[in-house]
Amino acid sequence: MSETTLTFALMDPPYESENLTTAFRILDVAARRGYDINVFAYEGASGLAFVRQAAHPNPVHGKTLAEENHPTTKDQVAALLAEAEKNGGKVDWVNCGMCVDERGVNEHVPGTRRGSPADFHAFVEASDNVLVIPTK
Amino acid sequence: MAKKTLNIVESAYRAVMEEQDDTILWLLAAMQGAGAEHTVVLRGNAVNYAVAGQGVEGLTVGEWRQTQAPKMDRDVLDLIEKRMIPVYVIAEDLADRGIELGELVPGVELLSRKDLPELFADHALVSHW
Repeated sequence: MSETTLTFALMDPPYESENLTTAFRILDVAARRGYDINVFAYEGASGLAFVRQAAHPNPVHGKTLAEENHPTTKDQVAALLAEAEKNGGKVDWVNCGMCVDERGVNEHVPGTRRGSPADFHAFVEASDNVLVIPTK
Repeated sequence: MAKKTLNIVESAYRAVMEEQDDTILWLLAAMQGAGAEHTVVLRGNAVNYAVAGQGVEGLTVGEWRQTQAPKMDRDVLDLIEKRMIPVYVIAEDLADRGIELGELVPGVELLSRKDLPELFADHALVSHW
């Protein structure tokens, strides 16, 4: 069991900001260290784990689907969960329930779950530190 | 004949890792293919798009690896050489950032802020991104 628990609150939707790249870089390191990680995916970030995201080819780049190998955040979320488990940590990834309902993105990557602001409150209380990466 | 459109691109490096390109430069390239006629001005932080040799390794999350990380200088060159879209950079914005002309990809044209109104007059539409 990890002795370190970190909580992250994310707000940006997929494909609109560099904030999520920063977030995933930090989350990756935390998972590699075997930390316990809580993520509260709020507002647009509630779509990060939406399982129906699909990669696409890129005609402007002149690349096929395979060549473009377009990233999807659902794959990054799944990889994060696997990496944490491999290193003895765990990820409790909560998708804000009202946010996913608004956006119609309520099919999540297995291992993530639907939740509410009460989960974020519980995360904060139980964590060694909390990082909020707000949208701007 | 297409309306000649001047596109001033100021927002820079927004979502380029996830999209593997700049969404506006991508949009303009795609529209050009559909018959649009565009001119691009890079201003503010976006002047950095024209700096040659830039780029980072792809994002890594656990076993997942990005293999096609964005190359903004490549995309600027693509606009100039393949799409035949004129690309200007604001000279004062380069100077503010200490970027020398010799650092830029070939084909970009320098433009002073004071000369921007002449470019406005030469286009039917001006879009500020």
